[in-house]
Amino acid sequence: MNRIQQKLQEDKKLLSLYFTAGYPAIHDTMSILQQLQDSGVDMVEIGLPFSDPLADGPTIQESSTAALKNGMTTQLLFEQLKDVRKTIDIPLIVMGYFNPMLQYGVEKFCATCAEIGIDGIIMPDLPLAEYEAQYKAIFEKYGLLNVFLITPQTSDERIRQIDAASDGFIYMVSSASTTGAQSGFGNTQSAYFERIHAMHLKNPQIVGFGISNSDTFQAATAFAKGAIIGSAFIKHITAHGANSVADFVKTIR
Amino acid sequence: MITETYQADDRGYYGDFGGAFIPEMLYPNVEELRSQYIQIMQEPSFQEEFNQLLKDYVGRPTPLYYAERFSKKYNTKIYLKREDLCHTGAHKVNNTIGQILMAKRLGKNRIIAETGAGQHGVATATVCALMGLECIVYMGAIDIERQAPNVARMKMLGATVRPAMSGSRTLKDATNEAIRDWINNPVDTHYIIGSVVGPHPYPDMVARFQSVISAETKKQLQEVEGRENPDYVVACVGGGSNAAGLYYHYLDQPEVGIIAVEAAGKGIDTGESAATSALGREGIIHGSKTLLMQTPDGQITEPYSISAGLDYPGVGPMHANLFRTGRGEFISVTDDDAMQAGLELSKLEGIIPAIETSHALAIFEERTFKPDDVIVINLSGRGDKDLNTYIEYFKL
Ligand SMILES: Cc1ncc(COP(=O)(O)O)c(C=O)c1O
Repeated sequence: MNRIQQKLQEDKKLLSLYFTAGYPAIHDTMSILQQLQDSGVDMVEIGLPFSDPLADGPTIQESSTAALKNGMTTQLLFEQLKDVRKTIDIPLIVMGYFNPMLQYGVEKFCATCAEIGIDGIIMPDLPLAEYEAQYKAIFEKYGLLNVFLITPQTSDERIRQIDAASDGFIYMVSSASTTGAQSGFGNTQSAYFERIHAMHLKNPQIVGFGISNSDTFQAATAFAKGAIIGSAFIKHITAHGANSVADFVKTIR
Repeated sequence: MITETYQADDRGYYGDFGGAFIPEMLYPNVEELRSQYIQIMQEPSFQEEFNQLLKDYVGRPTPLYYAERFSKKYNTKIYLKREDLCHTGAHKVNNTIGQILMAKRLGKNRIIAETGAGQHGVATATVCALMGLECIVYMGAIDIERQAPNVARMKMLGATVRPAMSGSRTLKDATNEAIRDWINNPVDTHYIIGSVVGPHPYPDMVARFQSVISAETKKQLQEVEGRENPDYVVACVGGGSNAAGLYYHYLDQPEVGIIAVEAAGKGIDTGESAATSALGREGIIHGSKTLLMQTPDGQITEPYSISAGLDYPGVGPMHANLFRTGRGEFISVTDDDAMQAGLELSKLEGIIPAIETSHALAIFEERTFKPDDVIVINLSGRGDKDLNTYIEYFKL
């Protein structure tokens, strides 16, 4: 069983954090990962920066631009993570956009992830149809879980398709928005969370987008298995530095 | 026998290129469009309204003009398809008329668009004024500074121009911002893309709206030359919509040569160029698998051309396929050669072309044709918008 699948069986709500590799400084990756694990975070999305992050709001756009300026590349990230499994045992997911993966070579990318000990991949712009037609066999060969997104606009029928194609968790985008929206959760979200809960999907759901503090974490995990925080965490380390990870995690739970 | 086709298949692929590489947040919008666009376009009431507007509002059919003095200079037969005479000054409006009618049929009341030089932004703001729909145009902050007259035109037409502040603050970033807007407004908004780029069904839909260019050319050429097919069709390629329109009905007629002209900028090897077929590799940009300019690591790079309309780091998937299969001949033209060709057409024919178009006019310096070859060049736009660039360049 993959580390993600194991973690999902634990009887607790999961806290997952996203950060952009190469930000704020190029060599912060391993230190941030260590601090996240030490502060009790359950899972991490390591963001591979991209020049044109379509699904991201200003915070992650800026961290991505800065990381690329700092010199982050796919190759360099993999080198930084070479020995990650000597010290880190929580599940690790690489999150990015499909073009850098395509240029590295999908097979080589997956093989390297497997070698390093990466457990899953989130590529928002690699949709179900293209994945199944061309890339699924490669992901499976290397034991990598591919995580799909759903949104409040996703039809029940399509959610069932995505559930059938998933083998870990479903990434439940909290509202119709890019990352980093700060509106908090209202009735629309509650209705959506309840609707998905009532579908009794085979995969647990983890909520992402718009989770920024303890309140939104609580609201998101009332029905879902866990929640992912990205922009709020990046804002925190922008303001307080890359060594302040534990301070942020403490404010969430 | 299977005849080869260079049109899109039903998944939006032209050979290896195309598809819809979009985040799930866009899926409902794009899927709504994909599942209905062909049916809507084929409805008689749609056809009627579209054709009526093209005639009465845009001013179609545009002339197919035999450029006698220009032909004589290069010792061949050159026809110009006069898209510069369209309302708003370029072919762009053929697409925006089609898409605004599509948006209305889909029940959308808010329109977004991206623009580089402002031509597509103006064409979109124009049809929104015509239909009384809200219009928001994303434009790179740097382009807003460079293209003040078009910004003013959009404002007069009632559109809101929002600066794209991210990345390199030009066309590709304006496109990113428009896509992000669509993610944030998934129900009431239609995104009018300005070229044959983006996720399926956009490249095919925009090509169909622009295909009126080659439909007219066939009829007009029949009248003057006694044959529907020229020996060559020639167009400049930014994203590729004016080219797709001129090629459309000739794509699967192998006797018609297809010539695509890209912007070499200061020269292909200078690092300041927009010649995607020469400098690009297969990848994903704005939801489409196509050829694009990028770093070895897959980061999209910033192109350069003196012509803002050709300043895009990719080409539409139709053109990527024409290049890869060899069906199309790709030529790149530098800033300097394009500017000279623009001046030459002005002096020989009394037509001041857009600088985008000037690239297509410059191929006669690169390549020779036979005296009895019949060549149709898409005169995609007029040069009014480029006067400042011409003035600075030629010290007029
Ligand atoms: C006159 C003219 N021609 C060509 C283009 C390039 O676009 P496309 O390649 O989609 O025709 C533009 C774009 O602004 C334009 O204004």
